[in-house]
Amino acid sequence: MGAYLVRRLLVNVLVFFLITVAIFGLVHKTPGDPIAMQVPADQLNSGSADFIAQKRHELGLDQSVVVQYWHWLLGALHGDLGYSLLNGRAVTEVLGERIGPTIELMGVALVISLLVAIPLGIAAARRRNSVVDYSATVVSLGSVSIPVFFVALIAIYFFTLKLQWLPSSGISDPTAPSLLDTIRHLVLPALILGFGNSGPFMRYVRSSMITELQADYVRTAEAKGAPPRRVVLRHAFRNSLIPLLTVVASNVPQLLAGAVVIEQVFAWPGMGQLAVSSVNQHDYSVIIGFALLIAILVLLSNLLADVLYTLVDPRVRLR
Amino acid sequence: MTVLLRIENLSVDFHTDDAVVHAVDGVDLEVHEGEIVAVVGESGSGKTVTAMSVLRLLREPAARVSAGTLAFRGQDLRGLSPRQLRAIRGGPVGMIFQDPMTALNPVLSIGDQIAETVLLHQDRRDRKAARARAVELLALVGVPDAAHRARQYPHEFSGGMRQRAMIAMAIANDPDLIIADEPTTALDVTIQAQVLQLLRKAQRETGAATILITHDLGVVAELADRVVVMYAGRVVETAEVHALFGKPRHPYTLGLLASLPRMDTETDRLDPIPGNPPNMASPPPGCPFHPRCPLARDICRTERPALLDLGDGRRSACHFHEELA
Amino acid sequence: MTIQVEVLDEAVPRRGALRRFRRHPVALAGLVFLFLVVLAAIFARPLSGHDPNQIDLLAARAAPSGEHWLGTDSTGRDVFSRLVFAGRVSLGVGIASAALAVVLGTVLGGIAGLLGGWVDGLVMRIADVFMSFPSLVVIVVVAGILGPSVVTMVIAIGLFQWPVCGRIVRGVTLSLREQEYVLASRATGAGPMWLLRRHIIPAALPPVSVAATLAVAQAIALEATLSFLGLGVQPPSASWGNMLTDAQSLTVIRTEPWLWLSPGVAVALTVLAVNFIGDGLRDAVDPRQS
Repeated sequence: MGAYLVRRLLVNVLVFFLITVAIFGLVHKTPGDPIAMQVPADQLNSGSADFIAQKRHELGLDQSVVVQYWHWLLGALHGDLGYSLLNGRAVTEVLGERIGPTIELMGVALVISLLVAIPLGIAAARRRNSVVDYSATVVSLGSVSIPVFFVALIAIYFFTLKLQWLPSSGISDPTAPSLLDTIRHLVLPALILGFGNSGPFMRYVRSSMITELQADYVRTAEAKGAPPRRVVLRHAFRNSLIPLLTVVASNVPQLLAGAVVIEQVFAWPGMGQLAVSSVNQHDYSVIIGFALLIAILVLLSNLLADVLYTLVDPRVRLR
Repeated sequence: MTVLLRIENLSVDFHTDDAVVHAVDGVDLEVHEGEIVAVVGESGSGKTVTAMSVLRLLREPAARVSAGTLAFRGQDLRGLSPRQLRAIRGGPVGMIFQDPMTALNPVLSIGDQIAETVLLHQDRRDRKAARARAVELLALVGVPDAAHRARQYPHEFSGGMRQRAMIAMAIANDPDLIIADEPTTALDVTIQAQVLQLLRKAQRETGAATILITHDLGVVAELADRVVVMYAGRVVETAEVHALFGKPRHPYTLGLLASLPRMDTETDRLDPIPGNPPNMASPPPGCPFHPRCPLARDICRTERPALLDLGDGRRSACHFHEELA
Repeated sequence: MTIQVEVLDEAVPRRGALRRFRRHPVALAGLVFLFLVVLAAIFARPLSGHDPNQIDLLAARAAPSGEHWLGTDSTGRDVFSRLVFAGRVSLGVGIASAALAVVLGTVLGGIAGLLGGWVDGLVMRIADVFMSFPSLVVIVVVAGILGPSVVTMVIAIGLFQWPVCGRIVRGVTLSLREQEYVLASRATGAGPMWLLRRHIIPAALPPVSVAATLAVAQAIALEATLSFLGLGVQPPSASWGNMLTDAQSLTVIRTEPWLWLSPGVAVALTVLAVNFIGDGLRDAVDPRQS
């Protein structure tokens, strides 16, 4: 088990370096002088030609691409992602303040999607080809098919504009901050993101529960006199749960993609909104920083999936 | 002896998309208190399905079960509420399954699984006591270092050890009836004898009657008091074990015995029964055994023989049982 | 074994598959709907009767009427006409990127399965990496640097969807490779291309067609999302996604629902229809899954 994780870790590190090469390739493609991304704008504007030349030398920008990459990578690994072209702030700082809201949104959405997917998937598996099963399939296909931004617009139309129940913009009302206000702001984006993400989970739970419910040990549990609820949850679902955790962990990137869109619609001050607005404003250094952050996040969630898989399953755990 | 379990005219059909399989077709079975009844037959003869239908463990609606009588301790099992049925499952009736590899839940510890059986049949839910009882049961079925092993998972147990754990589960609540479905089939030959020993010991200590389902006549000879031979979803012969081995009264039983290696005869030749068991989606008319039967005549192809009482607790479903007498 | 029998014994199971597909009412409904969408996209001009890019400020923000079936947008362009023309773009992008994914997947999956060993390992690891990255986010970054374009989008979507097909083809190839008649044909000197054409592609076709259908659905949804974010199809060209971009203001959402409702419904129904078809195909090709 240890060797397996170490191997996975090494593979991920290797993949990370390959991705940094790809990202650096994009850096290289950015229009304009690369020095603008690595030195704050006020210094560039006030600095003399000598200062800029010296900076250029320090950053390795007068040397070969390989050296430039190396400088860039070392900087990035030390948390130096350059400076926003828009306002001269450090990219790490700009990104840093956006991580929290995104994590909050994704976390709540993930919980919601599981709360939708697990009961529905189990119910569908227990009564195959029943009304429940068909509606679960329709719900799951719907959640996969209907773009989240469209669902978001419909929700805003009803809940914000017609019923005026919920806000549709931002993370909180700065004039009247309260827990209730925070929750009210969270409801629509988290629900929609969670619903949109529940389809794959539901399909997974359904198909894996169908398999587990036919397993011999389920019959053993029934033969012991265990009531159906206990047979389904303690016996069958417990067996589905382990691979489900892996599925959930490896689904984090998809959740993130959904968050990018949801944040844009609901003006949620997270990484996704930052990324889209940076793209629209050609703030290349922030885009690059975002890309790097996403790469790390994706690889970490992959690794998490591996670790979960090895840690939670007693069959693997003790091998 | 009082009758513990009485099954009369049990039929089980499996409905699939394009066929109906008559897995069990009018089976009668009686089990008296404390006796070991072996149900013997090739795979597909309906013996496991018969056993499963006692505790109504077959998956409905794919399986359709009908019976004239299905009574345990005089209580009709067919009319029980789910709750009453659960009180019987794992309580007065314990089950042992064929493949201990898959019959145990891979993600729960052995101790938890045994304790669960105890807990489910207790009024007050005392987890600690149930765990202690689980360890005690494991020790009883001969698992060394039971306290430690109880914390382990099924994959850490060998096949034989798993089957011991299954037996511990079956006897956890001091049952009146143990149903053992091919308990040794999935095990190594060397382990089989040990598990059979254990089964006998468990049976003696609990005094439970046992239905032993097997296709292994060696096992039957060793353990059973009475034998029920099944073929193609029907009982073809039943007799006390010595009588059956001494003088079978059905050509199928005869065939089974002939295919058994024996120490006490001169012949070193084994005669397996020619042919295969019938497809139960479309069984042959008349006696289902006639395509493979050396005694088959015209009547066998058209008329289904009834299970006749031959006296001395013997029954045979053959038109020509007298020729075998 | 059953899979192989099913795949190899061609005539009978295919007919069964058709029958099973016909028994799937939702899939049939999806097929009919998609057919209508395709027709509308092909006959966009005669059907709409308006130029999708004709600006008419005097008729701006008009509600649906006999003249403008779905009303007009903020510059007076006919929404229905833009909708059907956008259908061309959406279907085009969907099909093109799914085709790219299928071709890439078939070639790479076939190579991985045929050559085995470290090539197989490498291709599959690469597939894992592509699978684990959310294509939307990657395209946001790439479009952010290189500038948005339909071609970039198609390539990017295709690049991130090939692994699904690749895995299927690899699986089929591996199982075929073990089979005797393939070994026999190899012994008689048949090259890998011949194997690919004669054995692997026919055997992989049913599962790949399911994957391809689902890929089309995903690509259409992805195109809409990217265009909605302003990173896909660029105005003045119409796409269902960028038609919705205008609806990001609360006033538009409230007062001109025809502007966002119609393209939204168009994307949702089209993607749903294609997904239903894919679902029906899956059940038809592999009845054990349902």
